[in-house]
Amino acid sequence: MKLTVNGTAKDYNGDPQMPILWFLRDELKLIGTKFGCGRALCGACTVHLDGQAVRACVMPMSAAEDRAITTIEGIEGGHPLKTAWKTHNVPQCGYCQGGQIMQAADLLARNTTPSDADIDQAMAGNICRCGTYTRIKAAIKSAAAELS
Amino acid sequence: MSASVDLSRRRFLVGSAQASGLVLSVGLLAGCHPFADDPIAGSVAPNLFVTINRDGAVIITCHRSEMGQQIRTSIAQIIADELEADWAKVVVTQAAGDPKYGDQNTDGSRSVRRNFIRLRQAGATARQLLREAAAQTWDVPIDTVEATQHQVRHGQSGRSLGYGELVDIAARLPVPDPDTVPLKARKDWRYIGKAVQSIDVDNVLAGTAVYAFDVDRPGMQVAVIARPPVLFGRVRQLNDKAARAIPGVTDVVRLPPLAPPAAFKALGGVAVIATSTWAALRGRDALEVEWDHGDNAGFTSGPFMRAMRATARAPGEVTRNHGDVDTALAEADQRLAAEYTMPLLSQAPMEPPSATAEIHDDTIEIWACTQTPQSTRRTVAQALGMEAEQVTVNVTLLGGGFGRKSKPDFSVEAALLAREVGTPVKVIWTREDDIKNGYYHSVSAQRIEAGIDADGNTTAWLHRTVFPPIPSTFDVSQTLPSHGELRLGFSDNPFDVPNLRLERGAAKAHVRIGWLRAVANVYHAFAIQSFAHELAVAAERDPKDYLLELIGPPRHLDLAKAGVEYDNYGDPIDVFPIDTGRLAHVIREVAERSDWESKRRAGRALGIAAHRSFLSYVATVVEVEVDDDGNWSIPHAYVAIDAGTVVNTDHVRAQCEGGSVYGLSCAIGAITATDGIVDQGNFNDYLVTRMNQAPATIDVHIVESDAPPAGVGEPPTPPFAPALANAIYEATGTRYRDLPIPLRVKRAS
Repeated sequence: MKLTVNGTAKDYNGDPQMPILWFLRDELKLIGTKFGCGRALCGACTVHLDGQAVRACVMPMSAAEDRAITTIEGIEGGHPLKTAWKTHNVPQCGYCQGGQIMQAADLLARNTTPSDADIDQAMAGNICRCGTYTRIKAAIKSAAAELS
Repeated sequence: MSASVDLSRRRFLVGSAQASGLVLSVGLLAGCHPFADDPIAGSVAPNLFVTINRDGAVIITCHRSEMGQQIRTSIAQIIADELEADWAKVVVTQAAGDPKYGDQNTDGSRSVRRNFIRLRQAGATARQLLREAAAQTWDVPIDTVEATQHQVRHGQSGRSLGYGELVDIAARLPVPDPDTVPLKARKDWRYIGKAVQSIDVDNVLAGTAVYAFDVDRPGMQVAVIARPPVLFGRVRQLNDKAARAIPGVTDVVRLPPLAPPAAFKALGGVAVIATSTWAALRGRDALEVEWDHGDNAGFTSGPFMRAMRATARAPGEVTRNHGDVDTALAEADQRLAAEYTMPLLSQAPMEPPSATAEIHDDTIEIWACTQTPQSTRRTVAQALGMEAEQVTVNVTLLGGGFGRKSKPDFSVEAALLAREVGTPVKVIWTREDDIKNGYYHSVSAQRIEAGIDADGNTTAWLHRTVFPPIPSTFDVSQTLPSHGELRLGFSDNPFDVPNLRLERGAAKAHVRIGWLRAVANVYHAFAIQSFAHELAVAAERDPKDYLLELIGPPRHLDLAKAGVEYDNYGDPIDVFPIDTGRLAHVIREVAERSDWESKRRAGRALGIAAHRSFLSYVATVVEVEVDDDGNWSIPHAYVAIDAGTVVNTDHVRAQCEGGSVYGLSCAIGAITATDGIVDQGNFNDYLVTRMNQAPATIDVHIVESDAPPAGVGEPPTPPFAPALANAIYEATGTRYRDLPIPLRVKRAS
């Protein structure tokens, strides 16, 4: 099967049931997408599939056929979300932050002026054990202001 | 120190650089290890922590593990400040586990407080050496040259040389004695005490930061292990036919069964080895294992907690006593008693445990997300029958630690498997593995009884604590809470009550018990600070005022003098006293920041708690709102911390925010067991704080202090759960004494 990852065409001929996560990590060595729970419960593995946030740990490769995947490595360094994340010093251990940013990007693509409740709702599936939530929220608002 | 010794030391540093280079060679640490030019010919390394290259790069070695507290940045700040290095030229490399660095066990909130002076000396020594090199070059007295911001200058002649230009000369000079080198005055600090940005932030945001899960070695295979569901269980029967049939699975290996004590050893079980993660996961799913659950199969949480409660109701072994509690209770105007319980908890770092092991001839190399590279080294050596010197332990970034990664069992698994299969092996733990086979924060039951006189003063305090102790993990006969755990918020009760008696009671462990952020402080603060609020309610007093009265006048407690076994977190009591004045101060600060008086008058539900731990003082106010259905939320939380001298104000702020959220998780999560098997398995049934439940805002106030630096990573956690429970009581009239607090609370009728 064929698919696109961060704008580059890729081929895959393995088990169609394998979650996208392991294709990205084991085969493409794109390590920015993280394993956290394996059951779509924590959001550490969040990537975009045709622009929509999905959990790579449960999404099978078959669902990615002829579609485009974007990972945290595919979000350029000057993106307003990455800039805001840095301005607010969001990351502590950093492990969940790629997934947080991918989820936030999905939110801002649909809603450029999210309220606190919108942010809570969109981000509730992304766990951060370091507890950076107040900074994530502030960074999303900064990026939203930048984008709108 | 002679030049030749200096040279050999540099060779040693080069050795560790090459060890890191092995990680670099797989292309994962680009940007993290920019070792410039030839480090032997072109650098000087006056001590373990500082190398200066001819191109001016300053390489600072971080010997403590990075798990989100930004210790890599803080250590660099401390050294770069005294070295007067240009921050833009500073790079940080991570030390492997080696006793030459001193203690590397990154727990106990001690990275800064135990290293502050020696790291400053490391920077100052290097700076002094560069000054000496310049003075010799110009043939001028050393006191006429100054080193600031990567330049050494001679004031009278206006000559200057960059740090890199002095490397070759400095390398031939003896290294100054660190104890004779003057340190900067506090007012001259350039980086210490500032909100310097994390040096790892760009790699994190790029998705290129390397955690243990990300390690990749040539020829590496992945291992996923089916571990005994019950501690000390063993494989009775194994059918691995289906597992071996899965494409990519290359081997199925039985690990040796675990004999008590668990200590840091591998748990045993059956490992599936595969060429890919997916194959290893599928292979494990396909294993058919029949387990002999062993003696711990009788452990079920409900009956166990009832037994612990019964123990807490009966007289225990006295660990601290003054006055006459029994008489004071008998004569009290009011008597109040309450029991508090907390379940087992899992640290649940976002990155589950993972380690990679690779055998080279008669040595082994490990890459692990470990908080404790030296005990990893020793434990791996022991498991393989090697000497510690044959084991290299490289420390990756940690995707959270919280105490779980203070235990090297997962590195032992990787080492055993790498030896067995002959290729590099990466062991990964799934979330279920992490939740079901952990080193749990201990389950606890406590009872406090107090007497109040006619004026509302607390005259008697009797507190019993019962929990399976951490030492049980190392000696199964240990059932009494250890003094090392009692000192965590129990023995050091700061209340000024004339009659006070503390007792401990025994409980047997049936799972591995281990450290979790702030350890026993979490349940001790929960009980004591909840009960303080209950006393205020009984005395019809403002809870904040009553807490201050309980703490009493400013004074230093000297428990050892009073015959109490108390070691003050291993630090001298004269340098880090138990200072009730500082504890009271953070309470007043947080009350002011939270508008305590006016918000209470306005009917807002506020809870307060304050606790000294790891030599720091933290007070927390939580404000809750409860809707008609009983769903609660936290619109605001407020934290005041006195941690003495702080190195990075933003990191301290972040730890207070994150420590609060972690404390909230401790209040809502629970691990239970049925017939010895843990009931929970993932984030669906082991609740941790999510954004929608977290405080919407967290206001942090850092008390300015020139006291020596104290702990930061753990102290913000203990006060949160009692402040929350107190706030929920204010909102609903319902007192939650048995954690977890449900996400939907009841209103008292």
